[in-house]
Amino acid sequence: MAEQISVSSWIIPLVIVAVFLHGLIKNVRVFEVFTQGAQEGLLLAIKLVPYLLGIYVAVSIFRESGAVDLIVKALNPVIRLLEIPADALFLSIVRTLSGPAALSMMVEIFDTYGPDSFMGRLASTLMGSTDTTFYVIAIYFGSIGIKKTRYSVPAGIMADFASLLASVYIVKRLFE
Amino acid sequence: MNWIFAFLILGGIFAAAWNGKMDSITPAALEAAKTAIERAINLMGVVGFWLGIAKVAEESGLINSISRFIAPLFRWLFPSIPKGHPAMGSILMNLSANMLGFGNAATPFGLKAMKELQTLNPNPDTATEAMCTFLAINTSSVTLIPATIIALRAAAGSQNPSEVLGAILFATTCSTLVAVVADYAFRLFYRKIERR
Repeated sequence: MAEQISVSSWIIPLVIVAVFLHGLIKNVRVFEVFTQGAQEGLLLAIKLVPYLLGIYVAVSIFRESGAVDLIVKALNPVIRLLEIPADALFLSIVRTLSGPAALSMMVEIFDTYGPDSFMGRLASTLMGSTDTTFYVIAIYFGSIGIKKTRYSVPAGIMADFASLLASVYIVKRLFE
Repeated sequence: MNWIFAFLILGGIFAAAWNGKMDSITPAALEAAKTAIERAINLMGVVGFWLGIAKVAEESGLINSISRFIAPLFRWLFPSIPKGHPAMGSILMNLSANMLGFGNAATPFGLKAMKELQTLNPNPDTATEAMCTFLAINTSSVTLIPATIIALRAAAGSQNPSEVLGAILFATTCSTLVAVVADYAFRLFYRKIERR
């Protein structure tokens, strides 16, 4: 486990070293080029601000209102049929909207059930295999002014649902 | 997106009325607005830094040589991106950062990839097929080292924090496969209805 963490704390610095060394070898004026790239990045980030604002406010209203509970209740028959715990469904819905909120939910599940319980493992697996679909779609398309997102939302939801089913299946299979 | 946005806000407010939680809506919304700006400022630093690094890698030809290595797979996934286009490099960097579990590092490359994909777009307000494919793969999240999750499991007192690695790999592979297949199916389907 300690190995896991130290591996990832080494990777980024090593990547940076590799990039700069390669740049110097190839005679790139690294500082000037770095600042050019950083400028592009800053302009991009500024363009994002209104989209972030919109998404954060909308998601927080949705979460605070308890609307997710209503959806979970409405989907109850499906959940029973597929044997998905309600908490897991709740987590995977929150996960599509907000990364930090989903992470804190996972921690809450660890506290309630224990990290090595069925729910704890399922929550970990879910978090590791899904992403903040709506958030990513809104921010990525927003940054370049795309208004018609075509089929990216249904495709993203299908993938998230697949990882919910796959997580439930594999955690039952491996640990039960 | 307009529909999702409206659904989140209207659905949220109606649900709050139903659940009797109206009191907490306004403070939550304003608090979120504040958080969004804090995040945005944070993001500026991170995005600026990573795109600076990426620019160096791009100028030195490093990204080019790596993307040539992965090119065959990418050409199959993204048939509409011409050979050697900078979008390939950014997509590659985004997916690698994602795989290693560096959420923060992935976003700048993802945004850059979208910007470059947009240069190939004949209708600037409509998503291209390459963008949809990219987002499908991206949001299905191919994670190899979920560092944050393992750290949080350890913090919660797990006996074996990394025992979920295999399960995550299985689930993430399933969801990415579904994403690729769904994207492909939707692409064909949309081509048909949009031609009409």
